[in-house]
Amino acid sequence: MGQIRFLLNGDDVVLDNPNPTETLLDFLRENRKLKGTKEGCNEGDCGACTVSIAALEDGRLTHRALNACILFLPQLHGKSVRTVEGISAPDGRLHPVQQALVEYHGSQCGFCTPGFVMSMYTAHRDGRQDFDDVLAGNLCRCTGYAPIIRAAEAAAKVAQPDWLADEADQLAAMAGGDITLDGAFLPATLDSFADWYVENPDATIVGGATDLGLWVTKLMRNLLPTVFVHRLEGLQQIETTDEGIRIGAGVTVARVRGAMVDRHPDFAEMLRRYGSVQVRNSATIGGNIANGSPIGDSPPPLIALGTVLTLRRGSERREVLLEDFYISYGKQDRQTGEFVESLFIPTQADTLAVYKISKRFDQDISALNAAFNITVEGGKVTAARIAFGGMAAMPQRASNVENALVGQPWIEATVEAACEAFAQDYTPIKDVRGTAAYRLRTAQNLLRRYFHESTNPLTETRIVGRGAA
Amino acid sequence: MSVAKPNPHDSGPIHVSGVARYTDDIPLADPVHLAFGLSSVAHAKLTSVNLDAVRAADGVIEVLTAADLPAENDVSPAAHDEPMLAVDTVHFVGQPIFLVVATSHRAARVAAQLGEIKYEELPALLTIDAAMAADSKFEDAMTFQNGDADGAMATSDRQVEGSMEIGGQEHFYLEGQAASAQPNEGDVLVHSSTQHPTEIQHKVAEGLGIPMNAVRVETRRMGGGFGGKESQGNSLAVASAVVAMRLNRPAKMRYDRDDDMIITGKRHDFRIKYKAGFDSTGRLQSVIFEQFAKCGWAMDLSLPVADRAMLHADNAYYLPNVRILSHRLKTNTVSNTAYRGFGGPQGVVGIERVMDHIAHDLGLDPLAVRRVNFYGTDDRNVTPYHMIVEDNVMPEITDELVETSNYAARRTEIAEFNKTSPILKRGIALTPVKFGISFTLTHLNQAGALVHVYSDGSIHLNHGGTEMGQGLFTKIAQVAATVFGVDLADIKITATDTAKVPNTSATAASSGADLNGMACKAACETIRERLSAFAAETWGVSVDQIVYGDNTVSAGGNSMAFAELAAAAYGARIQLSATGFYKTPKIKWDRFAGKGRPFLYFSYGAAVTEVVIDTLTGENRILRTDILHDVGRSLNPALDIGQIEGAYVQGAGWMTTEELVWDDNGKLWTHAPSTYKIPACSDRPKEFNVALWERGENVEDTIYKSKAVGEPPFNLGISAFMALSDAVASCGDAYPDMDAPATSERVLKTVDMEKGITW
Repeated sequence: MGQIRFLLNGDDVVLDNPNPTETLLDFLRENRKLKGTKEGCNEGDCGACTVSIAALEDGRLTHRALNACILFLPQLHGKSVRTVEGISAPDGRLHPVQQALVEYHGSQCGFCTPGFVMSMYTAHRDGRQDFDDVLAGNLCRCTGYAPIIRAAEAAAKVAQPDWLADEADQLAAMAGGDITLDGAFLPATLDSFADWYVENPDATIVGGATDLGLWVTKLMRNLLPTVFVHRLEGLQQIETTDEGIRIGAGVTVARVRGAMVDRHPDFAEMLRRYGSVQVRNSATIGGNIANGSPIGDSPPPLIALGTVLTLRRGSERREVLLEDFYISYGKQDRQTGEFVESLFIPTQADTLAVYKISKRFDQDISALNAAFNITVEGGKVTAARIAFGGMAAMPQRASNVENALVGQPWIEATVEAACEAFAQDYTPIKDVRGTAAYRLRTAQNLLRRYFHESTNPLTETRIVGRGAA
Repeated sequence: MSVAKPNPHDSGPIHVSGVARYTDDIPLADPVHLAFGLSSVAHAKLTSVNLDAVRAADGVIEVLTAADLPAENDVSPAAHDEPMLAVDTVHFVGQPIFLVVATSHRAARVAAQLGEIKYEELPALLTIDAAMAADSKFEDAMTFQNGDADGAMATSDRQVEGSMEIGGQEHFYLEGQAASAQPNEGDVLVHSSTQHPTEIQHKVAEGLGIPMNAVRVETRRMGGGFGGKESQGNSLAVASAVVAMRLNRPAKMRYDRDDDMIITGKRHDFRIKYKAGFDSTGRLQSVIFEQFAKCGWAMDLSLPVADRAMLHADNAYYLPNVRILSHRLKTNTVSNTAYRGFGGPQGVVGIERVMDHIAHDLGLDPLAVRRVNFYGTDDRNVTPYHMIVEDNVMPEITDELVETSNYAARRTEIAEFNKTSPILKRGIALTPVKFGISFTLTHLNQAGALVHVYSDGSIHLNHGGTEMGQGLFTKIAQVAATVFGVDLADIKITATDTAKVPNTSATAASSGADLNGMACKAACETIRERLSAFAAETWGVSVDQIVYGDNTVSAGGNSMAFAELAAAAYGARIQLSATGFYKTPKIKWDRFAGKGRPFLYFSYGAAVTEVVIDTLTGENRILRTDILHDVGRSLNPALDIGQIEGAYVQGAGWMTTEELVWDDNGKLWTHAPSTYKIPACSDRPKEFNVALWERGENVEDTIYKSKAVGEPPFNLGISAFMALSDAVASCGDAYPDMDAPATSERVLKTVDMEKGITW
C-alpha cells in the first residue's frame, strides 16, 4: 500500500496507508499530541484550527491558511504544514504576529488565538494587509476584534523573522507518481485520473473538501472509496485567449477571484465574500459547480456570463452550457464516470453586477445571490442574462424577468413591470436564512438596485466592498 | 503599584504559542470518550429505547441509561428538576437519553447516532404564546411596583404602547463544553471548563453518592464562558466522573459544536409589552411593563435571570409610577441559562424602546427624552425596587460623550444625508447603561483566597474566581503584587481548585474582581501584617513606618529585599500562608416584596452608534461607535477596555445578526456557526473609540475603588439597534415597530412597513 509524505513544522512525516478521511486536526491533536491547534466548530466556520500550508504551485512556494478540521490527510501529500507550535524561533522568540498579539491585548480567552496567529502569520509571509478579509474566517467571541486588528497592523511593520525556512527544495523532492491507499486513489496526472474514474465511477471525488469534510465531521458518513484530485496540474490551469478565459475545475476559488478582478470585478467582489480565506484557499470552482447546491455562490454569475462546461469521461469530452447542467435539485447532467474538467467564460463587455445577500457579510452562506448581465443599446435592453441562487431548487435563470426586459426601454416602468415577473420565475422557500417573502421582495429589489446603479452611478447603493459608500 | 497598570493578560505569551492548556488538552492516560444520544422530539414518553446498534458499534465499551447511574440523576444547579439522562419522558429536542462510552471521541459520536428510540409524542409548548395559553410557569408572575402606575397613566399627557420580541443568544464560547475525570483511590479529580468549580464538585458528589471532600475540581482557564459555563458544564463533569469511577479509568467528554448548541441553554428570549405615559418633554409619568421570559424545560437559573430583567427595566431612568410584571414560562425548548447580563439586557431593551417610541411620538431627539428621564442625584433617585441610587454619574458621562462623539453635528449631517440618499439611510443613537452590581441571591456575594509566600520570596496565589478570558487572574495578581510591593512576575497564578479555596460562588454577575480581589487583598494583608511585625521588631521601628515597594521592604534607614525578608521570616517561624475572605456589605434583598438593596453599587456607561442601512435589502452596518464607560479607578485599563470593546460587539451581535431559529417541531435550526452568525472581524465598528471615564471612582469601598466591567458594557450594544431604528424611521412616518435581532430581513420588512408595503 502507498504512503503519503509531508512536512510538519519542518519535520518529515511519512504515513503508511493512512485513513483517507482522517482530518489533519485529529491527526495533530490525537496522533502528534500537538494541542495548540484547536477545534472550535469542526466544520470550517470558526478558524480556530487554522494552519498554514506551504506548497509548490507552478514551481513557486505559496503559503495558504487552511482549516485543519476539514482537511484530509491525503490532501497534504507533498506539502508543508505549519502549526502554531512551529513559527517561533528555535530559541523561543515569538514571531512578530505572536508578539504583537500579546502587546496589543489581542488574546482574551485565547482559544481562537492559535487560529488567528496562523492566519496572521500566513498573511505576514505574503505581505497581505487586507485584514478584514484575511481574518474573516477566524471568529473571536471575546475581543470584538479591534485589538487583533491593531496587532495585525503593528506586526505588518515588522520584517520577516530570519528563522523562517524555505522548504521549496524539500517539497519538490516529494511529488512522485500515482498513490494508492486503502479506500483512496491519489492520481498524479489528469489522464490517469480520467481513466481510473471511468473504472471507479462510484468513488467520491475530493477536491478541496470544504463541503465533503462536513460529510465526515458532521454527517458521520463514510466517503470511501475516494479519489483526490488536488495534485492534478491539468485541472489547475487558467488560460486566457481573445475568445475568453478557461479555468480548470481544480482551480481554487481564491485564484478564480484573482482572475476575475479585471474582467468582471463585481464577480471578484462577490468571491471576496465566498466563505473565508481558509475556505477559498481550499474550495475548487469545479466543486462549487458540480455539487449542484441551490445556494452555491459562483453558479449565478457564471450562468449570467454564459459559461460553458467541459465534461470529460475517459478521453471523451463534451461541452454543456452551465445553465443546462442543472436539471433539478441534486441532479446534474453528469454521466457515470464523467467529471467537470474546465469551464469557459466567453469574453464580453463587463455589464455584470453580482449581489450576495446573507445574514452576515463575511463567511456566510447566501440567503440569495443574484447576477445581472444586461445589455442596453440606444436606451433599449437588447440582451439580458439574469440568474439567481437561493430562489429555486438549483441555480436558475430568471427567464420571465429577462423576457419582460428585452426589447423594452431601460426605464423605471420597464423595471417595475419586470419585477412582477419574478413570481413566475421563482417560488422560493423559507429556511434558516430567510422567509420566502423576503427572498422574493429582495430579488425584485436587486433588479431595482441594478437599475439605479446603471442609470444613477453617483447614487450610493452598496454598504460593503466594491462600490461601497 | 501594580494595580492601575495596563499589564497584558498573564497567559498572552502561551495563548499565542499554543502552549496554554484547555480542558481537552490535558494529557490523560488511556482515557475513554463519551457522547450523549439525544432526543429528536420536543415532548414525549419514551416507549422503547433500543441501544443494541449503539453497543455493537465500533469502539463502544458500554452504553449507560438513567437506570445505570450510581446515585442521583440530576445536573440542575438548584431545583433538582434536570435529570442528566432522561427518565420516561423527554422535554426538548436534544435532551440526553443515553451515554456512550467509547475508545475515541469519534467512535462515541458515531455510535450516539444509532439509538432506536420510540416515542409517544405529547403536546409540546414551543412558544411564549403557547406557554401563556397553557399557564405553564415556573412560579407565579412577579410584580415590582412603585407609585400609582394606573392612576398616573390615566392622567398622563400622552401615551404610547407596544410590544417587542427580543431573541435569545447562543454563547458561542470558542471552546465548547468539556470535562474529564480521573479516579484516585475512591476519590475523583475533575477538570472542567466551568465558571463554577464548586457546583461541579457538588453535582459530581451527588452523582457519585460521595461527599464533596472526595471530589476535587480544577479549572485553569476556559476558552470563553459568558455565562454559558455557569451551570451547563454539569452534565459533562458528572458523566465523566460516573464513567471514570465505573471503569477505574480516566474518562473525558466534550460536545461537538452542534451538540453543544443543541443541548446547552442560551440567553432567554423575551417578549416585552409596554405602555408609557409622559409629558410634552417626554418625561415619564407612568410606565407599565409586562415581561415574558421563555425559560425552557427546566428551571436552571431562570428565576434570578427574570428577576434581573425586572431590576433593569428602569436602566438609567427614574420611573415615578411604575409596575413591572414578569412571567417565567416553562416550554419544551432547551433550558435557557445565564448569559452575560443575566436578563438585565432584556430589561434595558424594554425601557430603551420606550424612550425611542416616546421621542418618535413627540418628534424629539431620543437623546433629549433620555436625558430628561435620567435619575437625579438628590431627588428622583428611587428605583422601582425602592433602592436609592446614590452614585449616579449618568448625566456627566452622557454630557462628555455627546461632546467627544460630536453627536449633535453628526445627527444633523445624517438628516441631511438621508434627504439626498434614496437607497442608503443612516441612523444614530446614544444609549446609556446603569447596571447593578452584586448577585441578587445575597449569600453568593462571598469569596475566598489562599496565598503562600515561599522562603525565596516567590508568591503562590489562589482564589475562588475562574479565568475565562476576562483577565481576572491578571487583575488579582496585580492586587497581590501591590500589597507586597513586588513585581507582577513574582506572583504565581494558579488554577482554581476546590481543594484550595472551598465553597466558592460562580465567576458571574461581573463579580470576579470585586469579590476575589478583596479576598486576595485580605489574605495578602494578613501575611504582610505578620511580616511587618517581624520587620518592626527586627529593626526596632513601629509597624506603621514599614513601606512595601520596588521589591523592597523598608522603614526609616532600614531596607531589605522582599525575598530576603521572606527568608528571614521563615527562619523566625513566621507563618507565611494565609487565607482571605470577603463578603459584600450593605446588601439586602426581598425578591418577593420587590424591595431592598440588591446591589452594592451601579456601573455606568454610554455609547453612540452610527449605522447605515440599505432600504432595498435591509443589509446594515455599524459605521462608528464611541463609548465612554465608568469602571471606577481601573485595576487594569487595557483589560477593562478589552472587556468593553468585546462586550459591545457581542451585544451588537445579539441585536443584529445573531438569530436563533427553531423549526415548527422545536428543533433548533441554527446549531452551528454556518447558520448562527456571531459578528465577524469586519462587523466591528470601523471607527471604534472606547474610553474609560477618567473621573470614575467607586463611592463604595471596593477593591482599589474599581468597578465591575464584565456585563455592563454588553448593554451598550443596544445602541446599535436603536441606531438602526433611527435609520428605518427616516423612511416614513410610523414608529419603526421592529423586533430584535434586527436582521436584514427585519430591517427591510420595517422599512417597507414605513413605506406602506407589506409582505
